[in-house]
Amino acid sequence: MNTAPTSAASTASATAPYLSVNNVEVIYDHVILVLKGVSLQVPKGGIVALLGANGAGKSTTLKSISNLLRAERGDVTKGSIDFKGARIDQMTPNDLVKRGVIQVMEGRHCFGHLTIEENLLTGAYTRSCSRAEIKRSLDLVYTYFSRLKTRRSSQAGYTSGGEQQMCAIGRAIMANPEMVLLDEPSMGLAPQIVEEIFEIVKDLNSKEQVSFLLAEQNTMVALRYADFGYILENGRIVMEGEAKELATNEDVKEFYLGLGGEGRKSFREVKHYRRRKRWLS
Amino acid sequence: MQFFLEVLIGGLLSGVLYALVALGFVLIFKASGVFNFAQGAMVFFAALTFVGFQEVLPGWTGLEEGGSAVFWLAFALALVSMIILGILTEKIVLRPLVNQPHITLFMATIGLSYLIEGIAQGVWGANVRGLDLGIEDVPVEWLMESSNILVSKFDLVAAGIAGVLVASLALLFQYTKIGRALRAVADDHQAALSIGIPLQHIWVIVWGVAGFVALIAGMIWGARNGVQFALTYTALKALPVLILGGFTSVPGAIVGGLIIGASEKLAEVYVGPFVGGGIESWFPYVLALLFLLVRPEGLFGEKHIDRV
Repeated sequence: MNTAPTSAASTASATAPYLSVNNVEVIYDHVILVLKGVSLQVPKGGIVALLGANGAGKSTTLKSISNLLRAERGDVTKGSIDFKGARIDQMTPNDLVKRGVIQVMEGRHCFGHLTIEENLLTGAYTRSCSRAEIKRSLDLVYTYFSRLKTRRSSQAGYTSGGEQQMCAIGRAIMANPEMVLLDEPSMGLAPQIVEEIFEIVKDLNSKEQVSFLLAEQNTMVALRYADFGYILENGRIVMEGEAKELATNEDVKEFYLGLGGEGRKSFREVKHYRRRKRWLS
Repeated sequence: MQFFLEVLIGGLLSGVLYALVALGFVLIFKASGVFNFAQGAMVFFAALTFVGFQEVLPGWTGLEEGGSAVFWLAFALALVSMIILGILTEKIVLRPLVNQPHITLFMATIGLSYLIEGIAQGVWGANVRGLDLGIEDVPVEWLMESSNILVSKFDLVAAGIAGVLVASLALLFQYTKIGRALRAVADDHQAALSIGIPLQHIWVIVWGVAGFVALIAGMIWGARNGVQFALTYTALKALPVLILGGFTSVPGAIVGGLIIGASEKLAEVYVGPFVGGGIESWFPYVLALLFLLVRPEGLFGEKHIDRV
């Protein structure tokens, strides 16, 4: 399990940035400043984790890439987003999916009244290829998510949370993407299911060469499966590094894993310390 | 017994026409979650546009008045107008309101209905017009001879057209890629957007199809009652149909229409005399009210799925 990610990471670092977000500022409703200049890169074939607390701007970052922001009255007001050397920040989600960038939204968002299989088939909407090819993709998804195959004819609304998350990821895979933006896949799921899903993500990454940018609150799990991580706070990247380094970094441990050395700190102290630290760095 | 059958069949056939109007509501509700209050106005607009073109075309093109060439050309032009109306609705009304609460969209369609009525009458005038489809409103002969039951030929043909329309729409929704995308959009706008389904295209398609259905409904209703402003109120008869059949089901619209049509006629004939008549106009609403108490999602409507 450990050999695949390192090889993927090393080949990735050799190539130029694949997806790059440059100094992006996002404003909702013309007044609410959510991202204050976020920059990050995802290498080809990499898994990059975007970590941070509630409201830090993780989802907004993903949505600014997939351009689902517009539907929520958000706008990228500064900066640029490039994918494979082309600017993508003005493209519609439809164009982006055709180019290979697709987002799996937070909270799964399956089509409740459609069956699992119909859900998966809608994922292939943007592809103009033969039925045989779509059938092949469907079989591929079923090999990765064998649970979905057994539930293929049940309405998605009646399946379990884990199955819905798998359905949402499978649906995105049906679009034959190169880059999946995965928003909070662990939300509301049992730890066992979370592991199962992350294992599948890792598999998809190493066997199907799909790159992932994943936003997670579950820092520990995310850093175990990612190659690289960014930590977002109040709409700014405050720290970045190799996943392994981040996982052992004392600050990260303290603030995001809750593994502080010298007992519990009060919120006020922590905030104070954090703020000072940011000014200096 | 023979009289009962006559009333029943007459009721069922008029029910098909209610279903036709209800179908327009279902299409738009299914795909965009919007209860389109403007559907009645669209029926009116479609019928008036068709009749209007039928009047002016002989003058413009020199075609023979009342000929089949004029009929089909007027039909085509009316259809194009409905599709353009659909596209404009999407561009001007729906697109700026993506992801707004349903009530906002509903209010927008109320405004839209006034706009459409106004435009229709502004362009074509407010006179009552006759519409001749070339189908006679006479009893079907073989039925009359064999079992002595009077059934209008017009009603039968109209029901046939509606039946074909419904069957093809049901198939479209269930088995095609577009149909699947339509249902997906109905379930969750944002998720549909996230997997690259272009909402705009879908809405244009839906409003276009709803316009087509409105045109057919308008032509049939117009041929029965004359093309006039009151056509917009036929849409109100679609409400109990929808409540009975379910807002999201194409077959539901049909079954609901049949039940409403048959029951209102039967009630008028058999219950009416005891309460002084005039039941027909309010009986469907009472039925709908009772239905809401027992089965609010309708006979075929989708149950609201909640995770607990």
